[in-house]
Amino acid sequence: MGTVITPSRTGRSTGSLAWLVLPALVMFVGFGIIPLVGVVVLSFTNWDGIGAITPAGFANWASVLTDPGLPHALGVTFLVMFLSWAVQTPLSILLGVFIAGHQKYRAVLAVLYFLPLLLSSAAIAIAYKALLDPNFGLGAGLGLPFLSQNWLGRPALAMGVVIFIVSWQFIPFHSLIYQGGVRQIPKSMYEAAEIDGAGRVKQFFFMTLPQLKNTIITSSTLMIVGSLTFFDLIFVLTGGGPSDATRVLALDMYLRGFRGSLMGPASVIATILVLIGLALALLLQRLGGRGGASSQLEGA
Amino acid sequence: MDSQHTSRRSFLALAAATPVAATALASCGSSGPGAAKAGEATVWYLSGAPQETIRQDAVDAFNEANPDGKLAVTLFQNDAYKTKIKTAIGANQAPTIIWTWGGGGLKTYADAGQVEDLTSWFAENPDIKDKLFATAFPAGSVGDKIYAMPCETVSPIVLFTNKAVFAQVGVEEPTTWEEILALVPKFNAAGIAPFSLGGQSRWTNMMWLEFMFDRVGGPEVFDAVFNGEADAWSNPASLQALTMIQDLVKANGFINGFQSITADSNADQALLYTGKAAMMLHGAWTYGSMKADGGDFVSKGDLGYMNFPSVAGGKGDPSNTVGNPSSYLAISSKATEEQKTIAKNYFKTGLLTDKENEAWIASGSVPIVNGIDSKLAASDDAEWLKFVYDTSANAANFAQSWDQALSPTAAEELLNNIEQLFGLGITPEQFATNMNAVIGK
Repeated sequence: MGTVITPSRTGRSTGSLAWLVLPALVMFVGFGIIPLVGVVVLSFTNWDGIGAITPAGFANWASVLTDPGLPHALGVTFLVMFLSWAVQTPLSILLGVFIAGHQKYRAVLAVLYFLPLLLSSAAIAIAYKALLDPNFGLGAGLGLPFLSQNWLGRPALAMGVVIFIVSWQFIPFHSLIYQGGVRQIPKSMYEAAEIDGAGRVKQFFFMTLPQLKNTIITSSTLMIVGSLTFFDLIFVLTGGGPSDATRVLALDMYLRGFRGSLMGPASVIATILVLIGLALALLLQRLGGRGGASSQLEGA
Repeated sequence: MDSQHTSRRSFLALAAATPVAATALASCGSSGPGAAKAGEATVWYLSGAPQETIRQDAVDAFNEANPDGKLAVTLFQNDAYKTKIKTAIGANQAPTIIWTWGGGGLKTYADAGQVEDLTSWFAENPDIKDKLFATAFPAGSVGDKIYAMPCETVSPIVLFTNKAVFAQVGVEEPTTWEEILALVPKFNAAGIAPFSLGGQSRWTNMMWLEFMFDRVGGPEVFDAVFNGEADAWSNPASLQALTMIQDLVKANGFINGFQSITADSNADQALLYTGKAAMMLHGAWTYGSMKADGGDFVSKGDLGYMNFPSVAGGKGDPSNTVGNPSSYLAISSKATEEQKTIAKNYFKTGLLTDKENEAWIASGSVPIVNGIDSKLAASDDAEWLKFVYDTSANAANFAQSWDQALSPTAAEELLNNIEQLFGLGITPEQFATNMNAVIGK
């Protein structure tokens, strides 16, 4: 406020700082753009991953686009995306609001909530697989027959298990985002609301939630785009099974490419994944509105 | 071939074009398990007791005897190894010595010129070739060229039973398919699963198909598939075998929740030795782990075993068996001359030594060495070993496991369809249609 920035100084500093983008740009081009181009090129070839690459024209695209496995994998992917969003968002908001308070016990609980975040997906999948084993798992160990289901063997159950574990793993992360969001809301607004006679529930629905709008968009973007690439957890947990009930697009790509040695069709699926991811990210940006980047805080 | 190779490599070079990416990848590679120090060759093996220890011991003994040309071992879990080795070979990061199941996988390596042709080496060392089971060589060869050294043990697939459970329910071990079907309701009534199955691993289910196809229609049915004959899966014998398997699934022949069980965790074996299941169709290699993990289950004689029962009216010879005729070691053609020399020296002096053979026998396996039967009788597991030896040696036909015999592409499609077949998601006819589409691919 007090500092005066002359146009010439601003101009000089932006010009001289442009090189700061370079490392990120090089990494992005090297590990993002170039492999992407490679994948698109591969999608027009036949390659078993070991031998020679031969051009295939549009044959791979034709075979993948007419394969009933593709709409199925797409359906599973969007189902996982929707369910994990629908389960995680309300729970994360509630937890985030709860741990945004400053009481000491909440800090302890918050640390406990964050534990799943520290574990790798593969480790989580292996642990849950052991717990869910119908004969030697949690159900058998505790003598609770209702826990001894064919968890990973029935399509609907397996999908439920995947959603549960994904939520268990990522709710802490999104709670953290919401906690930050809630703490940004000025106390004065709540004080004003209390004077006006708004109770806790009303405060939550009419103040906290609207104020969290941008946080919700950020968290949803992460969830939705992130769930497109769910791979490690499902791969270790179900391998896409039973049959193809949990075979999401990313897994379909891997299984075709590396198990089935069909790198061409796998590259087609990879390209489709990229396109869907881009489309979704753009859509979410649009939903956030033009002012999505601007603050909702008073006076800003 | 060579020009195509160049095009692939230049493509990979393009993919790693930026200096940053190239250095990063190169540094990943040099610290990876595929790389070796000077004067050292690498070998990748499968992990899992008791085989892992025997493999490690063989290498340790070799290294002690050859301080100038050592081997470095890396161990991988079975299912993870299948993709790991493919990726490594494709990226020219293969170890010097590649452990393989032979068959279709080895053929893709050989077709791409990634593994050494060992035909002339075997011709120069006839004593090595004569020492090993002749039945072990076909799956290690492509056409009339030998690309891999057979090693380790012969592993037919065997029908295991829990004798204590049979006595408890008061029934006899089955000798025909009809008797198996009759046993199913009896075990289910007693609250015991008739068959244990690690269905999530999929190749476990495949073993059932291998035997049913053979017993119903003889080895010719799958040979037609292997030889790429059109519509070979639609053979009436094939459809009958598939229907019979679905009948067994529908009759609750397999343990409840078998689709949630994996073979890598050995839970399927645990079901058998804890008496939760009465029977299990599995590879001979599980004997060792059941002996190690099953308490006194094996030592007090509760473990029964037999070749797969016959099917009334079936064409297959009941002495036929399926499984892994041996394991195989191939040499990467990308290795240095020095590494190849170490590898060949290991093949010649380090493998199937008397000490290693003793260890295999002690673990309950039969090494693929001619005349080994004379040494089996002295073992604690003499009866079992004799059974494995006789089953392998007397088999009118020893078929290689399908997922190893077929190309990786066809094998993956096969496993997908088998999983759906066992989940009753597709009919035998749909199975045949789906599989006919990938014949010869």
